[in-house]
Amino acid sequence: MDGRFQLIVVDNLVIRFGRVEAVSGVSFAVARGTAWGIVGESGSGKSTVLRALAGLNENWSGRMLLDGEELPRRRTRAFFRRVQMVFQDPYGSLHPRQTIDRALAEPLVAQGIGGADAAIPRALDEVALPQAVRFRYPHQLSGGQRQRVAIARALITSPEVLLLDEPTSALDVSVQAEVLNLLSDLQRERNLTYIMVSHNLAVVAHLCPMIAVMQGGRVVETLSAEALRAGRTTHPHTAELRALSTELEEP
Amino acid sequence: MSDTSLRAWLLSDTPTSRRQAGWGRLYRLWCDLRTNPLAMAGLITIILLIVAALAAPLLAAYSPDAQDLSNHLAAPNAAHWLGTDELGRDILARLLWGGRITLGMVVAVVVLVAPVGLVVGCAAGYIGGLPDRILMRVTDVFLAFPRLILALAFVAAITPGITSAIIAIALTAWPPYARIARAETLAIRNSDFIAATRLAGASRTRIILVHIIPLSLGSLIVRVSLDMSSIILTAAALGFLGMGAQPPSPEWGAMVASARRFIVNAWWVPMMPAIAIFVASLAFNLLGDGLRDVLDPKQRS
Amino acid sequence: MKVEIANLSIAFPSPRGPSLAVRGVSLTVGSEKLGIVGESGSGKSLTARSLLKLLPPEARVRADRLAFDGIDILQATERQMRSIRGKRAGLIMQDPKFSLNPVMTAGEQIAESWRLHRKTSKREAREAALDLLAQVQIRDPARVADAYPHELSGGMGQRVMIAMMMAPDPELLIADEPTSALDATVQAEILRLMEDLVSRRGMSLILISHDLPLVSHFCDRVVVMYAGRVVEELNAAGLARAEHPYTRGLLACLPTLSHPQARLTTLTRDPAWMDGSN
Repeated sequence: MDGRFQLIVVDNLVIRFGRVEAVSGVSFAVARGTAWGIVGESGSGKSTVLRALAGLNENWSGRMLLDGEELPRRRTRAFFRRVQMVFQDPYGSLHPRQTIDRALAEPLVAQGIGGADAAIPRALDEVALPQAVRFRYPHQLSGGQRQRVAIARALITSPEVLLLDEPTSALDVSVQAEVLNLLSDLQRERNLTYIMVSHNLAVVAHLCPMIAVMQGGRVVETLSAEALRAGRTTHPHTAELRALSTELEEP
Repeated sequence: MSDTSLRAWLLSDTPTSRRQAGWGRLYRLWCDLRTNPLAMAGLITIILLIVAALAAPLLAAYSPDAQDLSNHLAAPNAAHWLGTDELGRDILARLLWGGRITLGMVVAVVVLVAPVGLVVGCAAGYIGGLPDRILMRVTDVFLAFPRLILALAFVAAITPGITSAIIAIALTAWPPYARIARAETLAIRNSDFIAATRLAGASRTRIILVHIIPLSLGSLIVRVSLDMSSIILTAAALGFLGMGAQPPSPEWGAMVASARRFIVNAWWVPMMPAIAIFVASLAFNLLGDGLRDVLDPKQRS
Repeated sequence: MKVEIANLSIAFPSPRGPSLAVRGVSLTVGSEKLGIVGESGSGKSLTARSLLKLLPPEARVRADRLAFDGIDILQATERQMRSIRGKRAGLIMQDPKFSLNPVMTAGEQIAESWRLHRKTSKREAREAALDLLAQVQIRDPARVADAYPHELSGGMGQRVMIAMMMAPDPELLIADEPTSALDATVQAEILRLMEDLVSRRGMSLILISHDLPLVSHFCDRVVVMYAGRVVEELNAAGLARAEHPYTRGLLACLPTLSHPQARLTTLTRDPAWMDGSN
């Protein structure tokens, strides 16, 4: 696969947990400033791909490239300045004993960047959180507010790539709409590249023009959101997921 | 700042500084603890014991070593509230001064042991692999022996005395703490917020020291305060067996030991230090139970 | 069998005085499938669980009437409650992992729940368990009966849970987000299965969910809750004609495949919804 014009390239990625092969040869490429969606059911390996891309799992083989450069097994700090991740569960992704202020300062302190006092109020503004939450603890915030904090934390070091692992599936639908809108605004303003994993076809199709469908550790189909909406699917699994999703849309 | 405005500052839902947020959290924990009468009874007893031990020179009417052989084994009376021992020494004075030794030993042991156990356990749990296996096998070796037997062996190998008793208890007390810290670490090492911290670019040392240890601290504090009674009892037992504080030192265990032959005809002589040991252990246990309710992260959102 | 709730309020103590989680809810359920829809914190689960007295101990419940088949729940003794709970009314929760006993096989648990209210031999109970597993459309009942909960997939676990709740032949089934931990393909099967069992046995069903389209597809009647209050009650078929701005807002903010929107509609919460003044 030609990696020169693609910001992120995943080439024949295989991930094993012990004897189980969770991901068997996944390849895709994402251009700068676009959003790539991965849909699938639980156990399809979609989150595993994302975590390996983030450097959270070192047991993989194949190739992963960022901006044409092959990623090492153990990621460098420079990588984390370019690639960040937002997790599914906003209740589990913030340290329970640390204030929002501490959570947002952590990337700046850990990477020796500094300037937290100016950066934190700005980061809160960007995700439309009131300054009043700055010194609260996570348990004092709602799920949607916590997910905004997680997004602010991921963006505070100005990365180019955001990996989104089911970022709205733990949220109420009204909050989901707000967070999805926030994500599309941020992408436009900062020319971010997204890779978003979700089980919800409508959510992925809303944010991502290109979608890979995973089943049993493989990408069974790659199609545009437009083709998915129009029902131009080639793999039966995609068709089944689409049917289940549209069935409920008609009142 | 008046009382009410201080309270409002502490309980504010929108703290405006790191300091306020931190104090607010501690104040909420304190409010929770205050609703538990048994824990408060334990805490007050411990404070009273410590104050009494520190104020021993002011409170004790007699010197702990002043002998009055003409008045030995006196029953509790107006002059000697808790009676006198076989050498006519005032038991109350000895208890007050002895509190310094017994409680001092406990504090020394905890200061030595808790940080070691915490760091060893958290590091082993987070790093995993070979370091984890080695550290855990070492703790297994220590856990395989009853604490008192191991402490006895250590003291016997060095010389009996307070310092060697402290070292011996410390050597035998750290493995359970390391175990607890490791178990806590294993439970949180795979959580998303630790993954997020890794993605923030934090080093392994930073993750362990800044993110994992503070979370493991709660259960360790609980365990330590529940363990205090067992440390007091071990210290007392070493004293009783002649391996800890040596008579004439008024260490509580040693006091019980040297007075045990009077249990029948002058029961108060061994009984008073025994009651002191009992009260101190119970107080620490009650406080530990209360702290567990307040600090246990599994019971808090 | 009829469930009656009139002016139900549930409060929890907090440092700043009691906070109301359910505020004056009234509804009745007959032999039908009723959906209760709301976002987290809307009080939908508390409302349904109050029927079984399965609320946290610190909850304070008040109601003009809270009755299950004429039995006053508020006055009922623990003994009366035991004859309702698990026998006349069953509860299916979100994650079968937490509601099944991890050290008993699926078959043993179903058999026990079957025997609990009948005096029969172990063998008969085992037969009944296998029959129930077949009824929840498990292809190989004997194998699943001997499996422990951790050996079952999410969908399989939920089927076992349903079989267990069906064992005593209840009149009411309360399903609290029964499929939100499951994949879409499995979710559809489980709902179809529940629908089938409920209509075949003429039971009442209360389905609690955050998913308005799902509930309206599956139930006869839908109650929409917001901040501890019922804001709208609809015939499921009339979802498109929902009147309350909250219900309409919930439907509008969902991204769909069939109607792409450049920007999702968001819900503007009107404080008036809180006191139900419209």
